[in-house]
Amino acid sequence: MDTDVGALTVIFTEFYYWITVALMFLIHVGFCMYEVGASRRKNHMHTLMKNSMLIPLVTITWFLFGWWIYWAFAGGPGITGGIGHPVDFASASYPWSREMGPNLGADGLGGRITGVFWAAFLLFAWTAASIVSGAVIERIRSFAFWMFAIMIGSVTWSIDAAWGWSYSGWMVELLGYHDAYASGVIHAIAGGTALGILVVLGPRLGKFRDDGTPRDILPHNPWLVCIGLFLIYTGFWGFYVACNVPLATTGYIDGQLIGATQTATTIYLTPTTLSAITVNFLMSLSGGMLVGYMVSKGDAFWTYSGGLAGIITASAGNDLYHPIQALIIGGIGTYLMYKLHYWVERTFKIDDAVGAVAVHGYAGFIGVVIAGFVLWGHPSSPYEGFAAITPWGQFAGAIIMFWVLGFVPAWVLAKILASMNLLRIPREIELLGLDFASAREREAAQHDVIAAKKAMV
Amino acid sequence: MSTTPIDTWAVDLADVTYIYPWVGSEVAMVVLAVVLWLAWHVWQVKFENKTYEEELAKYGTDEHLKKGVEEH
Repeated sequence: MDTDVGALTVIFTEFYYWITVALMFLIHVGFCMYEVGASRRKNHMHTLMKNSMLIPLVTITWFLFGWWIYWAFAGGPGITGGIGHPVDFASASYPWSREMGPNLGADGLGGRITGVFWAAFLLFAWTAASIVSGAVIERIRSFAFWMFAIMIGSVTWSIDAAWGWSYSGWMVELLGYHDAYASGVIHAIAGGTALGILVVLGPRLGKFRDDGTPRDILPHNPWLVCIGLFLIYTGFWGFYVACNVPLATTGYIDGQLIGATQTATTIYLTPTTLSAITVNFLMSLSGGMLVGYMVSKGDAFWTYSGGLAGIITASAGNDLYHPIQALIIGGIGTYLMYKLHYWVERTFKIDDAVGAVAVHGYAGFIGVVIAGFVLWGHPSSPYEGFAAITPWGQFAGAIIMFWVLGFVPAWVLAKILASMNLLRIPREIELLGLDFASAREREAAQHDVIAAKKAMV
Repeated sequence: MSTTPIDTWAVDLADVTYIYPWVGSEVAMVVLAVVLWLAWHVWQVKFENKTYEEELAKYGTDEHLKKGVEEH
């Protein structure tokens, strides 16, 4: 901050990430609307609170240990390096570190911009947990969901980001893993987590007939669901922007890149532009919406969900794709995830209330794999010795995201909670509706007021 | 070998221009995009017409029309 240009760069970077946090708040407004709309009326307030309370819980745990995991685990640890590999930002990330408080002592990480960078990552953590929330509505215990929210929000997504969404992650170095806008590191892991829970949690009462065919449990407010999705699109702009580093010199990157040119980069410190991701976001959204509309015969929910799946599919490579490639990749991912959703529902009797496993999990997985072919041979990193992007590296990465860090830990935790009778709400509560008691209290309060007014007439 | 013009970042960034896959195929991609866009419209207009026909076949009776008129 001791030169005008240095000061402007620091303040600009700080403000850049701050804006993304404010925009990403809209993702969570959208998720609340979407889940409340998707639930039946008799469950909608509980659904709102179940999703809302992940906010303080993931925030606290992100502060206490999530942020540290991201900086500590890039090397595995034990795969390419120990705890804190390669440059030890981990010690500045302990919750007791002085660097976690307001700090004028340095310009970059560990100094002035720590807080906004922490906050941007926190909003990604909220997003991972919120994705899971929709799939399990109307029958999961709040306690159980909040355990899963902390697990994915502050542990497993932080590990996956350390491994595959950092400039020094071992998956980038050894597999050439490339996932610029988080197809795998947020969406596939969240979809895998949701599936791991759903397999143990079981379907909502009445979802499947005796012959195994599914019934449609319709949303109580389909309009609210779609506007919620539209708000998620809006907040997703903040997500995309937050995934980039706004401005870096080749000196700052300190890899093989040389010269005086400055550039925006991905989290991997590979060059890209904000313009590229702006156009590709819009084109992959459009591919997803067009295919979503077609494949669902104009269904509003699947058209809006298709748009989201389109963005998610193309996200792994949207820093590099040509806009028409982003359009087509978005469309392909949407088609495949829609078909897979219904196949899994029919074949395995999985009740995913909002299609979260498909829109996020399958689309994210497919997006990571597609990037392996479309970006084959492109260097994953500006650092020497890092692998190039390949189909097998991306496939291995997708498996790690969806299954190893997504499905398996969630399934294990679900089994533990189920064994303690802490996973699913009591059957009678499910039949009554989660809001039954509060609805009766509301009626009593209304009658009380009406009776008082009648006495005045 | 790389699908993009970049197979290493050991370069002077001042020399880097296009970074997307298959530079040179832009015209082909545009043709494909135009074909897909127009095909979507062809599918959509047929689907919409078919939907109206089916709905009228099922609900086009006087009884349903009277009910429909009374709904806001």
